[in-house]
Amino acid sequence: MPGITSYGAYIPLHRVERSEFRRAWGGFPIPGERVIANFDEDSITMAVESAIDCLRGIDPKTVDGLFFATTTSPYKERLGASIMAVALDMRRDALTMDISGSLRAGTTAIATALNTVKAGAAKSILVAAADCRIGAPSGDFEQALGDGGAALLLGGDQPIATIEGSYSISDDFSGVWRADGDVFVRSWEDRMVLDEGYSAVLPEAISGLMKDYNIKAGDFAKVVYDCPPDFRRHARVARSLGFDAAQVQDPMFMTVGITGAAMAPMMLVAALEEAKPGDKILLASYGNGADAFLLEVTEEINRVGERRGIKKHLASKRMIANYETYLRWRGLITLEAARRPEKSPTSISAVWRARKQILGLYGARCKSCGTPQYTSPALGGVPIRICVVCQAKDQFEDYRFADKRANIFSFTHDNLAASPDPPVTITVVDFEGGGRAVFDFTDRDPDKVEVGMPVEMTFRKLFFDRGIHNYYWKTRPIRC
Amino acid sequence: MAESIKDRVAIIGMGCTNFGELWDKSAGDLMVEAAYEAFEDAGIEPKDVQAAWVGTCHEFSGMAGLGLSVPLRLQYKPVTRVENLCATGSDALRNACYAVAAGIYDIALALGCEKLKDSGFSGLGGAMVGGTNVRPSMTAPGAFAMMATKYFARYGLSAEEGKRMLAHIPVKSHHNGSLNPKAHFQREVTLEQVINAPIIAWPLGLFDCCGVSDGSAAAIVVRAEDAKHFRPDPVYVKALQICVGPGEGIARTEYDYTHVEETYRAGLAAYAEAGIKNPRQEISMAEVHDCFSITEAVIMEDLQFSPRGRVKEDLEAGTFTLEGDLPIQPDGGLKCFGHPIGASGLRMMYEMYKQLQGKAGPRQIKDPKIGLTHNMGGQPPACTVSCLIVGL
Repeated sequence: MPGITSYGAYIPLHRVERSEFRRAWGGFPIPGERVIANFDEDSITMAVESAIDCLRGIDPKTVDGLFFATTTSPYKERLGASIMAVALDMRRDALTMDISGSLRAGTTAIATALNTVKAGAAKSILVAAADCRIGAPSGDFEQALGDGGAALLLGGDQPIATIEGSYSISDDFSGVWRADGDVFVRSWEDRMVLDEGYSAVLPEAISGLMKDYNIKAGDFAKVVYDCPPDFRRHARVARSLGFDAAQVQDPMFMTVGITGAAMAPMMLVAALEEAKPGDKILLASYGNGADAFLLEVTEEINRVGERRGIKKHLASKRMIANYETYLRWRGLITLEAARRPEKSPTSISAVWRARKQILGLYGARCKSCGTPQYTSPALGGVPIRICVVCQAKDQFEDYRFADKRANIFSFTHDNLAASPDPPVTITVVDFEGGGRAVFDFTDRDPDKVEVGMPVEMTFRKLFFDRGIHNYYWKTRPIRC
Repeated sequence: MAESIKDRVAIIGMGCTNFGELWDKSAGDLMVEAAYEAFEDAGIEPKDVQAAWVGTCHEFSGMAGLGLSVPLRLQYKPVTRVENLCATGSDALRNACYAVAAGIYDIALALGCEKLKDSGFSGLGGAMVGGTNVRPSMTAPGAFAMMATKYFARYGLSAEEGKRMLAHIPVKSHHNGSLNPKAHFQREVTLEQVINAPIIAWPLGLFDCCGVSDGSAAAIVVRAEDAKHFRPDPVYVKALQICVGPGEGIARTEYDYTHVEETYRAGLAAYAEAGIKNPRQEISMAEVHDCFSITEAVIMEDLQFSPRGRVKEDLEAGTFTLEGDLPIQPDGGLKCFGHPIGASGLRMMYEMYKQLQGKAGPRQIKDPKIGLTHNMGGQPPACTVSCLIVGL
């Protein structure tokens, strides 16, 4: 029986107290804090982070497909999964697909991946879900939403949790939606949205699953299901279906916020982190209908290696200074332009030519002298043709730096450089195993940067300009 | 068999505009001013110029040879535009010297100019452009600040000690600039002002950074044997070296970030060409590329003026002041002139020329024999460096 063979998750470092929103706008305060993606993060970068976590100890070349689930793809017409596949160093013949349009895109992706595996079209499919939805300033969504991602590897080979069954409902309802061109989430009157949508359709799918597979409420070790923006409704679903509070997986509303298509997958990762062989887990997600799954944890759960998952990412956090920082990071206010040179246009052909170096962070290792080396495509010298040490010509093998740790050799905090998060911290880093390069340093506390500090690579978006989201890698402190 | 340039070419006339935020002057204005001062100084007419090399880095300053020939209305002469980052002006002079030394021309003009202040922002435009746009988002101060960070770490200086060491450099240069009516900045600063100035790129503060300005400078070169026909006190070229690095420091962990290999090698080559055995003793004075205080500190070591890691002692002893053993930046340097890229190398040479002729006024160094100019373009791990030596 196929199922989940690995899991991973990602939660951005930064959080904001929800009281900050009330400070700015007054009104009704929602308790807790929410996650804020950094200015250089989006659904693609968070999905990549989640996928990297999921693939620890697993060769990405063995994975047959990548499904990216999100409602906030940076592109309307360009496949996010294809960008991610290069960053993740997957095979060129991997099956790639973006699944979108619904808050249950994450579970739809899981179902589709599972069916692909069952049909024998792939041995394993990686599902990476991430969302970065934006609520309009001063509204409830601004406080309730959060950013994050989760990744699940689906396959038939020694699953850690088998997927025993599923039940789906399609239900057209413009309760919460975004039309083409909308930046902010729209909502119909909230009571109707919940009464006729979430609170009606989600239990219907869960009940349907339980009936089909003859499961009683008490049989589940954990029930994992989406949380609506009014988090009180989450507990009400449990009560209506007869689940005990102890069975209910924490929706992380007080710590993360509602993470859209990534919500149920993230909660599932949290559940798997605590799961024991034999546990039955309910997974359910709501959005223009609902998906429900019955999972059964196997003995293989014990062989899952080190994951940052939900637990470690949740514990590793930094509060942002204030609400204004959030507005700036999300680009929700127009700031005075920095008096710096205008960015020259990004060349699609130049980026395409160097995609392996840029998105995959590949350098080369000289077969003549053995030196690993990386050359920034922005500084010329890509592809590397001549060895920087021995000057041998065209004697190279591929060498990936994305998964190598490094140490700061030197750094600066640049106040003159333009950035949504000044100062710009730049690091010269020496990689473990050899090689040196210069990168922007993200998720850092400027006061804590020092020569010798260990860092790791993280896939980020440098900027959006003239229709192009320019992705690259940055250094960051070892996250957790 | 390659030969040295030593004593084969001489400079017989130079011109240099005031440097500064010259809102009311175009690049063409500046070129005309610098060129005509040089013509007058050399005692020649514009029509006597047989070929010209013009150094500009940014498009605001003009492109191609036309950038020079049109404002000067040079009459159908060969004019070549030279661009080699911050060494642009020095490379224009180098090319002019080679053409004259080769006997192709008798009289050549080398002119450098930059109109930086038409950009709408302070600082330099985007050098090292690549279509991928994945360059780290640091500015020039940021790039050089990383040398300071590493210099402090390597030699065990606290941030306070390091910043105090570097502060001697702008204090000295601002003093020299205060004596120079052509300088952009003509006021003195104190150690405390430098140390406490706002941070531009940690650990560099405002006064650790050079200014940003417009300016132009020019030189007329002839063969050495012809020089005395024009004037009794020509200045002879002793060495012309350019060293362009392969950028290995940005990819090799061996690079220490506390020296600039291109400067060290350009210095070695220039000393060999000029026949200089002991630079510290034989060089009378130098104008070096003090884009940032840390840059000048490291150059002192790379040019072997100070022992490696010990420039601090010379800075504290006042070695590089006008009254010291080896005056550096007698005109105020990039610090006080700013850095109109194409012009800087020739502006430096203008000061060496005037000093060697004893015409430097209140900045006059006693009896100088040999002057050195140094430019450094790019950023520490990948530079283009010029090292020129002139003398009597």
